[in-house]
Amino acid sequence: MAAAAAAAARGCERVWRRAWWRGAADAFPAPARAVACNARGGAAPAGESGLASWVPVVGLEIHVQISSNSKLFSGSQVQFAAPPNSLVSFFDASLPGTLPVLNRRCVEAAVMTGLALNCSINKKSLFDRKHYFYADLPAGYQITQQRVPIAVNGSLSYSLCIDNKMSQMVTKTVRIKQIQLEQDSGKSLHDDARSQTLVDLNRAGVGLMEVVTEPDMCCGEEAAAAVRELQLILQTLGSSQAIMAEGQLRVDANVSVHHPGEPYGVRTEVKNINSVRFLAKAVDYEIQRQIEELENGGTILNETRSFDSKLGCTVPMRDKEGKQDYRFMPEPNLPPLILYDAKSLPVNMNHQQVVNIDWIRERLPDLPSVKRAKLVELYGILPEHSFTLLNEDGLAEYFENVIKQTQMKPKKVIGWILNDLLSYLKQHALTVKDSPVSSFLLADLLNLLERREISSSAAKQVLEELWKGEGKTPLKIVKEKKLELIQDQKELEQICQSVIDRQEDEVMAIKVGNQKVLNKLIGLVQRATRGRSNPVLVKQILEKKLSE
Amino acid sequence: MLRASLREVSAALKEGRVTPTELCQRCLSLIKSTSFLNAYVTVAEETALKQAEESEKRYRRGQPLGVLDGIPIAVKDNFNTAGIETTCASNMLKGYISPYNATVVQKLLDQGAVLLGKTNLDEFAMGSGSTDGIFGPVRNPWSYSRQYKEKTPPKSSSENEESDWVITGGSSGGSAAAVSSFTCFAALGSDTGGSTRNPAAHCGVVGLKPTYGLISRHGLIPLVNSMDVPGILTRCVDDAAVVLGSLAGHDPKDATTIQDTFKPFELPNLIDVRKLCIGIPKEYHAPGLSSEILALWSKAADLFKDAGAKVIEVSLPHTCYSIVCYHVLCTAEVASNMARFDGLEYGHRADMNKSTESMYAATRREGFNDVVRGRILSGNYFLLKQNYENYFIKAQKVRRLIANDFVKVFGSGVDILLTPTTLSDAVPYMEFIKEDNRTRSAQDDILTQAANMAGLPAISIPTALSKRGLPVGLQFIGHSFQEKQLLTVAKWFEKQIKFPMIQLEEVKRHDCSVFQHQKSVSFL
Repeated sequence: MAAAAAAAARGCERVWRRAWWRGAADAFPAPARAVACNARGGAAPAGESGLASWVPVVGLEIHVQISSNSKLFSGSQVQFAAPPNSLVSFFDASLPGTLPVLNRRCVEAAVMTGLALNCSINKKSLFDRKHYFYADLPAGYQITQQRVPIAVNGSLSYSLCIDNKMSQMVTKTVRIKQIQLEQDSGKSLHDDARSQTLVDLNRAGVGLMEVVTEPDMCCGEEAAAAVRELQLILQTLGSSQAIMAEGQLRVDANVSVHHPGEPYGVRTEVKNINSVRFLAKAVDYEIQRQIEELENGGTILNETRSFDSKLGCTVPMRDKEGKQDYRFMPEPNLPPLILYDAKSLPVNMNHQQVVNIDWIRERLPDLPSVKRAKLVELYGILPEHSFTLLNEDGLAEYFENVIKQTQMKPKKVIGWILNDLLSYLKQHALTVKDSPVSSFLLADLLNLLERREISSSAAKQVLEELWKGEGKTPLKIVKEKKLELIQDQKELEQICQSVIDRQEDEVMAIKVGNQKVLNKLIGLVQRATRGRSNPVLVKQILEKKLSE
Repeated sequence: MLRASLREVSAALKEGRVTPTELCQRCLSLIKSTSFLNAYVTVAEETALKQAEESEKRYRRGQPLGVLDGIPIAVKDNFNTAGIETTCASNMLKGYISPYNATVVQKLLDQGAVLLGKTNLDEFAMGSGSTDGIFGPVRNPWSYSRQYKEKTPPKSSSENEESDWVITGGSSGGSAAAVSSFTCFAALGSDTGGSTRNPAAHCGVVGLKPTYGLISRHGLIPLVNSMDVPGILTRCVDDAAVVLGSLAGHDPKDATTIQDTFKPFELPNLIDVRKLCIGIPKEYHAPGLSSEILALWSKAADLFKDAGAKVIEVSLPHTCYSIVCYHVLCTAEVASNMARFDGLEYGHRADMNKSTESMYAATRREGFNDVVRGRILSGNYFLLKQNYENYFIKAQKVRRLIANDFVKVFGSGVDILLTPTTLSDAVPYMEFIKEDNRTRSAQDDILTQAANMAGLPAISIPTALSKRGLPVGLQFIGHSFQEKQLLTVAKWFEKQIKFPMIQLEEVKRHDCSVFQHQKSVSFL
């Protein structure tokens, strides 16, 4: 067994190296370009090789952990990284005689998510048992919604940029087949050395929403963009924290390729993808692998593959003795889940006991797409900037807070937010929340700039100081470092004169008519004043002096 | 005193004619002297005495918790009891001590009842004889009654005498035997296809299966979740009403219980049956129905007719499909419910560590008997993708037809159905085991199972003694959640027929030490 695994790993490495070579060239390497999708979602024409083009088809199954205090069918707490088996009720451990009791919060989260994804909400949905033996599934079955899920027939719109340029964004839509409520499993920890398995049931029974998409995507980038958008929606709704690293959002990708006009190819399911970036990689790798396999005369097996993020490739998973028959059966301990809307709500019903779809609909927060449109409209920023603002948790709020506290135009503010703040945070792997410079401080700084008390280069120096988080105000830093603009006209004229005196060649060039050289002189004045001069004023003085 | 009804002994406790401790001690000592019946698999002597003591304090303070305070009861060993072993008479759960009480157990304890112990059953309640559990068969107390001895003289030698004892029926045979032999005043059983009513009929006690959803199943180790109902075994109908009143109602831990609040009721003493319409379903004249029971049944119908009730023949045309339908639905749910017994979290674990799968296999092979394993196998077969439509879905449709039969009959103005509970009186153990469990269950559940399919309340009332001196019961089936009407009619009937009390012979000569598994719980 070990030998086989090692062989698989070796084989994988070989493939990976080839893929890496292609990847080294560009974001979309040449051979891969044959499968890269165009803006309309179809396959791009074949490359120079003259081979018939391939159409990749990608569908996703996304398991989303519902953000709730307690589990789907029991009262135990939901918490990440708690001590093993500390959050396990009798029901979670499947003690004989225990029964499931549906958590209303989980139902509401699923309805909310369904509405946000334009689904029709089933007013009656059912629970089923899906049977398989596994150490971290103590009941021997999972309670899920196989026959009639809570939400069906929705759609998810997402945008992605083409050719890696932010300025060229296209919006696409993937259909949502269904959202089903189900239980999460526990976790098994295999200790191969001692040949034992340790089981942690903390996660067993946590509420999941399984979001199943139609196979409407055709490359890793699309899949990644769709999942990213879903993640934002879930976080906006609060129905899930959707942190992939903590397993709150887990993606399985179904991938197949076929020639245009032909039926879909055999699909593989890629599992163990734990970041959006890896999703794109895994899908693209799998597409490429399938194409190569088929072009070399091979066949694709309907199998489950696992993405190895270290090697950057997918490898077959050891399937549990061929095909499983899950022996689905209605869950007899849960009556049908009935939801109401304003029309069907019974008059004398206890409101604590019912879930009203309309009530939830009315309270849906602005979804990311709406928020972006509002940002663009309200502040006149570019659409792509609105994406960046929303992609970073709390950044849009930060931006809006700065706007509220400064006279600077939003269009100018966004540059400071995206170029200075965001790049600093990224560099130091900080979240917006952890930023050493608060929106208040940044607004304070930008106000100094806006009131022309400092130059923009001085402002950058102040910002450098502010990152240190020593609690100084921008004004104090300006004072300490003497960064105020030189307000004294005479002093500035003297400095300009001394620059002119030292740069005879440049002065000649300007006099001959090469006005561009003027910028160099302005720069020299700036350097001489350590950024304390107003460039507009300096320009005026220089022009005046040179025309004398 | 021990032969009194629950209500009578409750009055005695209140009046101080007996103390809870005395009562408990007497019951415990009777349990010991009747241990050859094998009715109890665990006797919780210490905790019972402690509970009795607590009850006694309440009585002394003049603040008893109610009718059940100080009343000794027994519970079938498929209900979870915190601190007292819960085994389902299976190797799989031998030694298993649940950390929680089933809701029904908790409710009884909360009302001051004294839990004497856990009663014997067929493994995981799968059977109709109380013969197929790891603790061995339960013996019907009537085997040792003067009535039976007189009518069925021992064949010749003492060896044969030993083999003359008859079964209790099942699967709640331990509970029925416990109530019948006066070791407790009420007992809990469970009823999935007749498991409470069948042994009640064979043991000459009242067996009530309430409407599905009226009593919480939380803590009852399931057989078929969609049919299981906790059952009540008592000496008389009034007692059944008392216990029902203390158990019924919504349980937040069981989503299938009704939301409406349940109002406990007392049954009237003067009952007028003239406005009643009693239905006699002709399909219950089933093949194998003994002529004796048939005669009793028609005599009972006449009783109602003579009292002025309307008695009509009705038809429940799909009754004959109920056996095969039940077989599919039952085994499918069994296959699913038993999946949790994998040796990982609790219960038996085989000494096998080659792989997780081989550990599962060995554990389940060692833990379950043939009956359980057989049902798991057939259930999984019916649930396979290629069979689901042909078996499970079809069986569900048939179940609907069976339930609709009742809806139609009740819709036509029938108040109560009157049927036999069993095809015959109890058979001797040696005869019973000639057939396998499956055949037996199929035969014995035939008259009781349809009520479970439809979720209807039904009660078996001891009616008369057979030619062999053994009890025979008749069954009343009522409208959903109309327990009061059902019990009222049953009480009237009970009054008319005056079923004789069991006359137990001196039991000392039976050697108790044969049943070595019987143990006391000595903690808490």
